[in-house]
Order: sequence, then C-alpha cells, then structure tokens
Amino acid sequence: MSVESIDMPAGREQCPAGVPVWQIRVGTRRSRIAAVAGIALVVVLAALPAIASRNLIQDLIFVLTMLTLAQLWNVLAGWGGLVSVGQQAFVGLGAYALFAGIVMAGLDPVAAIPLAGLFAALIAALLGPLLFRLEGPYFAIGSWVAAEALRLICAQFKSLGGGTGMSISPGELSQMFGLKAVQALLGLRPAAARDVLVYWLALLLAVLVTLGIYAFIRSRHGLALAASRDNGPAARSVGVRTARIRHLLWIAVAFATGMVGAVVYLQKARISPDAAFSVTDWTAYVIFIVVIGGVRTIEGPMVGVLLLWGLVTWLAQYGSLYLVVLGTLAILIMLFMPRGVWGAAARRWQVQLFPTQRWLGRSR
Amino acid sequence: MSGFDTIIEGVLLGGVYALFALGLSLIFGIMRLVNLAHGDLILLAAYLVLSATTALGLPLAAASLLVVAAMFVLGFVLQRLVLERVLGDDILPPLLVTFGLSIVIQNGLLLGYGADSRRLQAGAFESSSVTLAPGLSVGLAPLTALVTAIAAVALLQLIFYRTSLGRAFRATADNPAIAQLMGVNERNVYAIAVGLSLAVSVIAAIVFGIRASFDPSIGPARLLYAFEAVIIGGLGSLWGTLAGGIVLGLAQAIGGRINPEWQILAGHLTFLAVLMVRPRGLFPARRT
Repeated sequence: MSVESIDMPAGREQCPAGVPVWQIRVGTRRSRIAAVAGIALVVVLAALPAIASRNLIQDLIFVLTMLTLAQLWNVLAGWGGLVSVGQQAFVGLGAYALFAGIVMAGLDPVAAIPLAGLFAALIAALLGPLLFRLEGPYFAIGSWVAAEALRLICAQFKSLGGGTGMSISPGELSQMFGLKAVQALLGLRPAAARDVLVYWLALLLAVLVTLGIYAFIRSRHGLALAASRDNGPAARSVGVRTARIRHLLWIAVAFATGMVGAVVYLQKARISPDAAFSVTDWTAYVIFIVVIGGVRTIEGPMVGVLLLWGLVTWLAQYGSLYLVVLGTLAILIMLFMPRGVWGAAARRWQVQLFPTQRWLGRSR
Repeated sequence: MSGFDTIIEGVLLGGVYALFALGLSLIFGIMRLVNLAHGDLILLAAYLVLSATTALGLPLAAASLLVVAAMFVLGFVLQRLVLERVLGDDILPPLLVTFGLSIVIQNGLLLGYGADSRRLQAGAFESSSVTLAPGLSVGLAPLTALVTAIAAVALLQLIFYRTSLGRAFRATADNPAIAQLMGVNERNVYAIAVGLSLAVSVIAAIVFGIRASFDPSIGPARLLYAFEAVIIGGLGSLWGTLAGGIVLGLAQAIGGRINPEWQILAGHLTFLAVLMVRPRGLFPARRT
C-alpha cells in the first residue's frame, strides 16, 4: 500500500490543491478512439446499400440480427446471471405478433415491430414471476419449457397457419412504410428495397441495443445488476432491489428480442412455429457467439458473430457437421479460454474498446 | 375408450418419464449440476443399444449390459475430463458446456444415423399384453417400464441410504469440503454420480426405445419431460420424482385424449401450474 492511498481526502470540496484525488473511471483513451471509429463504421454500414449486392445485404441482416440477440443474451445471462435457454420464445412471439398485426389487424409492418416487442415484453412480464421461482440452473430449463409451451400454443392458431405456418404475399408488404422512398432513392425493385429497409431496421436495432446495454452496464444500475448476480443477500443488504432489477431486465430483453424476431421474419415473410421457436437458430447460435467471442464484454458478441459468419460461409454446406464443430469449439473455449477470444485478447494486450470495468485512478 | 383407460395409460407413461428423470435428479441432487445434455445422452444410449443389437447381432439383454457399462465409463470420463473443470460458484460455465454437448450429440447422431425414425426390436414382448382384470389388459412393455421405474427408485434409495457410496453421495451433497475432510474423494464421488446417472439413462433409453420410435431430434424434449417430472415431484426426493413422472404422464394422457394436439402442451401447462401453486413441488423432501 502506498503512502498516497492512505492520504486519501474525505471529500473533494475540502481537498487542498496539489493533493491527488482518487476517482473511479471507466473510459480509457482507446475507448474514445473506438467510439469515433464506431460512429464511422455505423455511417459506412448505413450507406452500404448504395453499392452492396443484395446477397451481402441479406448476409449483413443475419449478422446484425444475430449480433443484437447475442448482446441481449449476454446482458441477461452474462451480467444478469439469468441463464435463459428459452430466448427463442421471444423471437417467436415477436414474429407471430408481427404476422398477426399485418394479417389480422392490417397494421403497417414497420409500425407493427415495436408492438411485437411490446407483446413479447407483456408475455415475459407474466412468465417472469413464475420462472423466477426456479433458482439459477433450474431457471435455464424452465425458460426452455416456457418456450416450448408458447410454440405449441402458437401452433394452435389456425388463422396464422397452425402447425405448418404461413406466408405473407409480397402484395401485402408493397404498401409498407418507407418502401416507396427506398425504391425511388436506390432505384430498386420492391423485393430488394424491402431487404434494404429491413437491413436499416436491423442496423438501427443493433446500434440502439448495443449502446443501450453499454450505457446500462456502465450506470449504477449495471453495478447493482452485477451485485445481484454475484451475491444476492449481500446486494440486498446494501439496498439493491435484486428481484426488481432482474425482473425489469428480463422484460426489457424480451421487448428487444421480440423486435428482432419481428425484423427477422419481416425479411423472411414466411413463418412456422418450428422455425420461429427454434432453439438451435435463436438460442444455440446466440450462446455460441457469446461464448466464443467472450461473455460479459460488449466486444465479445461482435467478435463472435464475425467468427460465426466466417464459419457459416465455410461450413454451412455440411449442415449437422457445422453444428458439431461449433458446439465442440464452444466447449473447448469454455474449458480453456473461459473469457472467450476477445476476453483473452483484451487481457493479453490490455485493450478495451468498450470498457465496462471500473478503474480506481488518480485524477490530474 | 373409457376414462379409466386414459388414467392407466397416463400412469404407465409416467413410468417412462420417471426413468428419464432419475438420472437428472441424481446429479441435480449430488452436485447441483443441471445437465442440459441429459435428453441427448438418453438418445445416444438408445442408438448405442440399437447398434449393438443390429450391427453386432447381440441379444437385447446382452446389448443393454454392454451399453450400461459403456455409458457408466462415458459419464465417469465426462466428469473427470470436462465437467469437473467448470463446476464452481458461477452457474454459467457448466450450463454452457452441457448445452454445447447437447448440440454436439444431437447433430453427431444425425450425422451417424440419419434423421429416420428408429425403434428397438424386442420381439413378441412389444405387442403382448397381460390381463389385470376382466376387460382390463395392458401392454407388457409399458407395464414393464413402470415396474422398472419403481425398481430403479427402490435400488437407488437402497444405494443412497444403505451403502457407504450412498453415504459419500449424501455427505458430498450436504457439504463437499467437510466430506473431503472425512476422507471422501470428492472427485471420484462426482464422477461415479455422473456415471450412475448415465447408466440409469440407458435403462430409460431401452424402455423408451421399445415403446416408441425415436430420431436424433427428440433429445431436448426428453430433457424437458425429465425436468418437469423432477420439479413437479419436488426436488431432493426420488419417490417424489416417480410421482412427478406419473403426474406428468397423466396430464399428457388426459390432454391427448381431449385433443391429440394438446398432449405435450397439457404436460407443459401442468408443470407451469404446479410451479404457480406449489413452487416446491407436490412431494418435496422433508429435509430442507
């Protein structure tokens, strides 16, 4: 222990000039550079449809939606300790709410997306108190049971295609908000213009969700959440309302997950209960992205989703083998590199682009 | 078909679910590990028995013994090489590793055996039935499943409360550190527990594989049924797990009688209803 740390003044206002003040910092110089680079990247991605092929746009829709789901699962399970294996429930609910909104209520698809998120949040609010009765690991399977039950319930709605699912005709989507403007702006046919519109929505969601989580984790609420995960009784003893913060997080994550589901299925324009509530597509891939990239970091899911994208283009033609490789990779990373690829790199080279740790340092 | 038949069917179905649940309940109880690959390991066992009977041409009983031994060793090795490294205060790593294992086994089976439905062949045993009372006869295979489940619970109870291994299990479950001070080898106890869990799963796999056809994709559903049986019955009680399995079987049979599409859903909703009304299960262990 150094002499200075003993000399720490009690409060800032009484501190004489020249004596160092200890303060907690989160940002680093690199993180400010990363913020500028991040803004530039988002601008480039937003302008990309002007030159990119339709295939690339569709690939990027996949990357952006998976990134958003991975960030959401990471905050829920990594920081919040709510290890859900049932997030496909909210993708499916969002997707079904979108289709119900378009087909049954005649809503505009773009307007239906936030409503789909609200619907997923409502169901999450109802399920939460029930599932939270299951502690820790039991919650994981409980959430999976809930997702299966919701899948079977959605399959009962004959007007939404029952067990086999349904499609939305391009005609029904041709009047979609913004579609004509995109067509005119980029000179595209309706189908390609719809992809571009969905791409922008996916980009918007990815940016908002990532920034929202980043701000949340750096706020005192993020600290309260981590405390609830690490030691509930201790957190409660210093005034953290652990049950409330976890319940609100669960609902907020369901809201955003539902919107992602709606965006994904707006592009697909075809839905079935088995696909929309698929544990492999919406939870296994997402978990693998977070584990491979790095749990409890903002950068991890970004690295993970890029690795997944690379593996998809290389291995996807082999179907099941792809999932065997991905699963084995995730297990090996969990065993030998539990912080994931990004976590290990960040530790080795002391890089943090989106720092969430708090550092005790001296102010100038 | 009368309502009575439905109840019999449900109770017999419950025997299978209880067998699914026993292995899960065992390692839940001893090491607080939730094995998300449990259902897929049951499927792996069923396929191994299938291979032993068809490719090696062994009779079902010999094949079963061989696979029980193989799965015990697999469980032991799995714990010592993989699970042991991730067990700890953080619940995330063991869940993620077993979830990864689930995906690997499921897709590995798909690669090895294809997506076709298979069934274990048990000769005349499959279709024969016994008459319990005039006008009431039940299939021999489902009845054997229930009897096997009861026997398995009784045997596990015996191991738990009458042997030194069982004492080591209970001591480690209560407090691993103190158990170690008393000379219990914690690593071996855990590895034997996982091995035993997989060995019991082989019995579940055989009973299930004779009754119904299976394909690689149905593993996760077995895990969910097993989990529902454990939670409905109440944590920490093997007889409770048997009762939970029967409640689940009854719910599915009654739901399926009303509308075939509601069979599985009725089971899930019963689970959620029990969670709402009696979160500690219907028959919780007296010890807290």
